[in-house]
Amino acid sequence: MNGDNKMVLKVESRSCNEGLARIAVAAFTTQLNPTLEEVADIKTAVSEAITNCIVHAYQRETDMITIECRRHQRELTVLVQDKGKGIEDVEQAMQPLFTTKPEQDRSGMGFAFMEAFMDEVLVESKLGEGTTVTMKKTIGRQKDVFE
Amino acid sequence: MEDRIKKRGNQLIVYVPKELDHHFAEQITPQVDRELEKGLIKQLVFDFSETSFMDSSGIGMVMGRKRILSYSKGTVVAIHVNDRVLKIMQLSGIYKHIEISQEPVWNYRMR
Repeated sequence: MNGDNKMVLKVESRSCNEGLARIAVAAFTTQLNPTLEEVADIKTAVSEAITNCIVHAYQRETDMITIECRRHQRELTVLVQDKGKGIEDVEQAMQPLFTTKPEQDRSGMGFAFMEAFMDEVLVESKLGEGTTVTMKKTIGRQKDVFE
Repeated sequence: MEDRIKKRGNQLIVYVPKELDHHFAEQITPQVDRELEKGLIKQLVFDFSETSFMDSSGIGMVMGRKRILSYSKGTVVAIHVNDRVLKIMQLSGIYKHIEISQEPVWNYRMR
Protein backbone atom coordinates (compact mmCIF):
# COMPACT_ATOMS: atom_id res chain seq x y z
CA MET A 1 0.00 0.00 0.00
CA ASN A 2 1.67 3.16 -1.17
CA GLY A 3 -1.48 5.23 -1.21
CA ASP A 4 -1.41 5.77 -4.98
CA ASN A 5 -4.80 6.59 -6.43
CA LYS A 6 -6.42 8.06 -9.51
CA MET A 7 -9.73 9.65 -10.48
CA VAL A 8 -11.00 10.77 -13.88
CA LEU A 9 -14.02 13.02 -14.15
CA LYS A 10 -15.63 14.31 -17.32
CA VAL A 11 -18.07 17.19 -17.21
CA GLU A 12 -19.79 19.37 -19.77
CA SER A 13 -18.44 22.91 -20.03
CA ARG A 14 -21.32 24.50 -18.15
CA SER A 15 -20.70 26.98 -15.37
CA CYS A 16 -22.87 24.92 -12.98
CA ASN A 17 -20.17 22.21 -13.16
CA GLU A 18 -17.46 24.51 -11.74
CA GLY A 19 -18.66 23.86 -8.21
CA LEU A 20 -19.04 20.14 -8.87
CA ALA A 21 -15.51 19.80 -10.25
CA ARG A 22 -13.76 21.62 -7.41
CA ILE A 23 -15.72 19.71 -4.76
CA ALA A 24 -14.87 16.37 -6.43
CA VAL A 25 -11.16 17.27 -6.49
CA ALA A 26 -11.35 18.47 -2.87
CA ALA A 27 -12.97 15.17 -1.88
CA PHE A 28 -10.24 13.19 -3.68
CA THR A 29 -7.64 15.26 -1.81
CA THR A 30 -9.06 14.36 1.61
CA GLN A 31 -7.23 10.99 1.35
CA LEU A 32 -4.02 12.98 1.80
CA ASN A 33 -5.31 14.49 5.03
CA PRO A 34 -4.90 18.11 3.91
CA THR A 35 -5.39 21.21 6.03
CA LEU A 36 -8.42 23.43 5.36
CA GLU A 37 -6.04 25.96 3.84
CA GLU A 38 -4.65 23.37 1.40
CA VAL A 39 -8.17 22.31 0.39
CA ALA A 40 -9.13 25.95 -0.21
CA ASP A 41 -5.99 26.47 -2.33
CA ILE A 42 -6.78 23.43 -4.50
CA LYS A 43 -10.43 24.42 -4.90
CA THR A 44 -9.44 27.89 -6.09
CA ALA A 45 -6.88 26.57 -8.57
CA VAL A 46 -9.31 23.99 -10.02
CA SER A 47 -12.04 26.61 -10.30
CA GLU A 48 -9.70 28.87 -12.30
CA ALA A 49 -8.73 26.09 -14.71
CA ILE A 50 -12.33 24.98 -15.30
CA THR A 51 -13.53 28.56 -15.79
CA ASN A 52 -10.82 29.04 -18.44
CA CYS A 53 -12.14 26.00 -20.34
CA ILE A 54 -15.70 27.35 -20.29
CA VAL A 55 -14.99 31.01 -21.02
CA HIS A 56 -11.97 30.78 -23.32
CA ALA A 57 -11.42 27.29 -24.72
CA TYR A 58 -15.01 26.54 -25.65
CA GLN A 59 -16.24 30.17 -25.82
CA ARG A 60 -19.41 29.09 -24.04
CA GLU A 61 -20.17 26.25 -26.46
CA THR A 62 -20.93 23.00 -24.66
CA ASP A 63 -18.21 20.38 -24.91
CA MET A 64 -16.37 18.08 -22.55
CA ILE A 65 -13.77 18.96 -19.91
CA THR A 66 -11.65 16.16 -18.46
CA ILE A 67 -10.37 16.46 -14.92
CA GLU A 68 -7.85 13.90 -13.80
CA CYS A 69 -6.51 13.62 -10.25
CA ARG A 70 -3.56 11.48 -9.29
CA ARG A 71 -2.05 10.86 -5.93
CA HIS A 72 1.48 9.63 -5.56
CA GLN A 73 2.65 9.51 -1.96
CA ARG A 74 1.97 13.04 -0.70
CA GLU A 75 1.84 14.69 -4.08
CA LEU A 76 -1.44 15.56 -5.74
CA THR A 77 -1.50 16.11 -9.51
CA VAL A 78 -4.56 17.65 -11.14
CA LEU A 79 -4.95 17.74 -14.92
CA VAL A 80 -7.62 19.88 -16.52
CA GLN A 81 -7.98 19.21 -20.21
CA ASP A 82 -10.13 20.67 -22.99
CA LYS A 83 -10.31 20.11 -26.75
CA GLY A 84 -11.09 23.77 -27.40
CA LYS A 85 -9.51 26.59 -29.35
CA GLY A 86 -6.08 26.55 -27.67
CA ILE A 87 -3.89 29.41 -26.50
CA GLU A 88 -1.83 31.34 -29.03
CA ASP A 89 0.80 32.62 -26.62
CA VAL A 90 0.90 30.68 -23.34
CA GLU A 91 3.53 32.91 -21.75
CA GLN A 92 1.44 36.02 -22.40
CA ALA A 93 -1.76 34.29 -21.21
CA MET A 94 -0.07 33.50 -17.90
CA GLN A 95 0.92 37.12 -17.20
CA PRO A 96 -1.09 38.50 -14.28
CA LEU A 97 -3.89 40.84 -15.43
CA PHE A 98 -3.59 39.75 -19.08
CA THR A 99 -6.99 38.88 -20.52
CA THR A 100 -8.50 38.62 -23.97
CA LYS A 101 -11.95 39.34 -22.56
CA PRO A 102 -11.87 42.46 -20.35
CA GLU A 103 -15.42 43.35 -21.43
CA GLN A 104 -16.67 40.13 -19.84
CA ASP A 105 -15.33 41.05 -16.39
CA ARG A 106 -12.41 38.64 -16.69
CA SER A 107 -9.78 39.76 -14.19
CA GLY A 108 -6.77 38.19 -15.90
CA MET A 109 -5.80 36.55 -12.62
CA GLY A 110 -6.69 32.93 -13.41
CA PHE A 111 -3.22 31.53 -14.09
CA ALA A 112 -1.70 33.80 -11.41
CA PHE A 113 -4.05 32.23 -8.84
CA MET A 114 -3.22 28.70 -10.03
CA GLU A 115 0.48 29.48 -9.65
CA ALA A 116 -0.04 31.13 -6.26
CA PHE A 117 -1.95 28.21 -4.80
CA MET A 118 -0.22 25.19 -6.34
CA ASP A 119 3.46 24.21 -6.25
CA GLU A 120 3.75 23.71 -10.00
CA VAL A 121 1.62 24.71 -12.99
CA LEU A 122 2.34 23.47 -16.51
CA VAL A 123 0.31 24.65 -19.50
CA GLU A 124 0.46 22.81 -22.80
CA SER A 125 -1.62 24.15 -25.65
CA LYS A 126 -2.06 23.75 -29.39
CA LEU A 127 -4.18 26.10 -31.47
CA GLY A 128 -7.35 24.38 -32.59
CA GLU A 129 -6.59 21.26 -30.56
CA GLY A 130 -6.93 22.24 -26.94
CA THR A 131 -5.17 22.92 -23.70
CA THR A 132 -3.97 20.79 -20.81
CA VAL A 133 -3.17 22.39 -17.47
CA THR A 134 -1.19 20.19 -15.08
CA MET A 135 -0.99 21.34 -11.48
CA LYS A 136 0.94 19.73 -8.65
CA LYS A 137 0.84 20.26 -4.94
CA THR A 138 2.53 18.37 -2.12
CA ILE A 139 0.14 18.01 0.78
CA GLY A 140 1.23 18.21 4.38
CA ARG A 141 4.49 20.03 3.89
CA GLN A 142 3.89 22.10 7.03
CA LYS A 143 3.65 18.95 9.15
CA ASP A 144 7.34 18.17 8.51
CA VAL A 145 8.31 20.86 10.95
CA PHE A 146 6.83 18.91 13.81
CA GLU A 147 7.86 15.41 12.77
CA MET B 1 -31.50 35.08 -7.08
CA GLU B 2 -33.56 38.24 -6.71
CA ASP B 3 -33.43 38.15 -2.91
CA ARG B 4 -29.62 38.41 -3.17
CA ILE B 5 -30.02 42.13 -4.00
CA LYS B 6 -31.49 44.81 -1.76
CA LYS B 7 -31.84 48.53 -2.32
CA ARG B 8 -31.47 50.85 0.63
CA GLY B 9 -31.77 54.49 -0.42
CA ASN B 10 -28.86 55.10 -2.75
CA GLN B 11 -27.09 51.98 -1.56
CA LEU B 12 -27.33 48.64 -3.29
CA ILE B 13 -26.49 45.60 -1.20
CA VAL B 14 -25.51 42.28 -2.78
CA TYR B 15 -25.65 39.25 -0.49
CA VAL B 16 -22.89 37.04 -1.87
CA PRO B 17 -23.59 33.27 -1.51
CA LYS B 18 -21.37 30.59 0.02
CA GLU B 19 -19.31 30.24 -3.15
CA LEU B 20 -18.58 33.17 -5.43
CA ASP B 21 -17.40 31.84 -8.78
CA HIS B 22 -18.00 32.46 -12.49
CA HIS B 23 -21.35 30.67 -12.24
CA PHE B 24 -22.81 33.02 -9.63
CA ALA B 25 -21.09 36.14 -11.02
CA GLU B 26 -22.71 35.56 -14.39
CA GLN B 27 -26.17 35.29 -12.88
CA ILE B 28 -26.04 38.27 -10.55
CA THR B 29 -24.11 40.77 -12.70
CA PRO B 30 -26.92 41.66 -15.17
CA GLN B 31 -29.28 42.35 -12.26
CA VAL B 32 -26.77 44.56 -10.44
CA ASP B 33 -25.93 46.42 -13.65
CA ARG B 34 -29.61 47.08 -14.34
CA GLU B 35 -29.78 48.95 -11.02
CA LEU B 36 -26.46 50.74 -11.52
CA GLU B 37 -27.48 51.94 -14.99
CA LYS B 38 -30.33 53.93 -13.47
CA GLY B 39 -27.62 56.18 -12.03
CA LEU B 40 -29.09 56.51 -8.54
CA ILE B 41 -26.81 54.14 -6.68
CA LYS B 42 -23.88 55.83 -4.92
CA GLN B 43 -22.57 52.87 -3.00
CA LEU B 44 -22.49 49.20 -3.81
CA VAL B 45 -22.06 46.92 -0.81
CA PHE B 46 -21.01 43.29 -1.22
CA ASP B 47 -21.92 41.40 1.94
CA PHE B 48 -19.64 38.36 2.27
CA SER B 49 -21.13 37.05 5.57
CA GLU B 50 -21.99 33.66 4.04
CA THR B 51 -19.01 33.40 1.72
CA SER B 52 -16.19 30.92 2.21
CA PHE B 53 -15.04 30.58 -1.40
CA MET B 54 -14.12 33.11 -4.06
CA ASP B 55 -12.01 32.88 -7.21
CA SER B 56 -10.79 35.37 -9.81
CA SER B 57 -14.25 35.54 -11.40
CA GLY B 58 -15.39 37.18 -8.16
CA ILE B 59 -12.56 39.68 -8.47
CA GLY B 60 -13.62 40.41 -12.05
CA MET B 61 -17.22 40.95 -10.99
CA VAL B 62 -16.33 43.37 -8.18
CA MET B 63 -13.81 45.32 -10.31
CA GLY B 64 -16.25 45.57 -13.22
CA ARG B 65 -18.91 47.12 -10.96
CA LYS B 66 -16.32 49.45 -9.43
CA ARG B 67 -15.49 50.67 -12.94
CA ILE B 68 -19.15 51.42 -13.69
CA LEU B 69 -19.63 53.25 -10.38
CA SER B 70 -16.46 55.29 -10.71
CA TYR B 71 -18.04 57.25 -13.59
CA SER B 72 -20.56 58.65 -11.11
CA LYS B 73 -18.03 58.87 -8.25
CA GLY B 74 -19.74 55.98 -6.50
CA THR B 75 -17.94 53.58 -4.17
CA VAL B 76 -17.74 49.83 -3.63
CA VAL B 77 -17.43 48.21 -0.21
CA ALA B 78 -16.86 44.56 0.70
CA ILE B 79 -18.07 43.73 4.21
CA HIS B 80 -17.90 40.74 6.57
CA VAL B 81 -14.98 39.38 4.60
CA ASN B 82 -13.40 36.24 6.08
CA ASP B 83 -9.66 35.54 6.04
CA ARG B 84 -9.75 33.36 2.94
CA VAL B 85 -11.68 35.92 0.87
CA LEU B 86 -9.40 38.65 2.21
CA LYS B 87 -6.36 36.67 1.02
CA ILE B 88 -7.82 36.44 -2.50
CA MET B 89 -8.56 40.17 -2.47
CA GLN B 90 -5.04 41.01 -1.33
CA LEU B 91 -3.44 38.71 -3.89
CA SER B 92 -5.41 40.30 -6.72
CA GLY B 93 -4.64 43.88 -5.70
CA ILE B 94 -8.35 44.73 -5.55
CA TYR B 95 -7.93 46.04 -1.98
CA LYS B 96 -6.37 49.19 -3.46
CA HIS B 97 -9.61 50.04 -5.26
CA ILE B 98 -12.36 49.19 -2.82
CA GLU B 99 -12.99 49.44 0.91
CA ILE B 100 -12.78 46.10 2.70
CA SER B 101 -14.19 45.55 6.18
CA GLN B 102 -13.74 42.57 8.47
CA GLU B 103 -15.74 44.22 11.25
CA PRO B 104 -18.45 41.93 12.64
CA VAL B 105 -20.87 44.86 12.63
CA TRP B 106 -20.86 47.25 9.73
CA ASN B 107 -22.59 50.61 9.85
CA TYR B 108 -24.57 50.94 6.65
CA ARG B 109 -24.61 54.73 6.94
CA MET B 110 -22.82 56.14 3.90
CA ARG B 111 -19.29 57.24 4.51
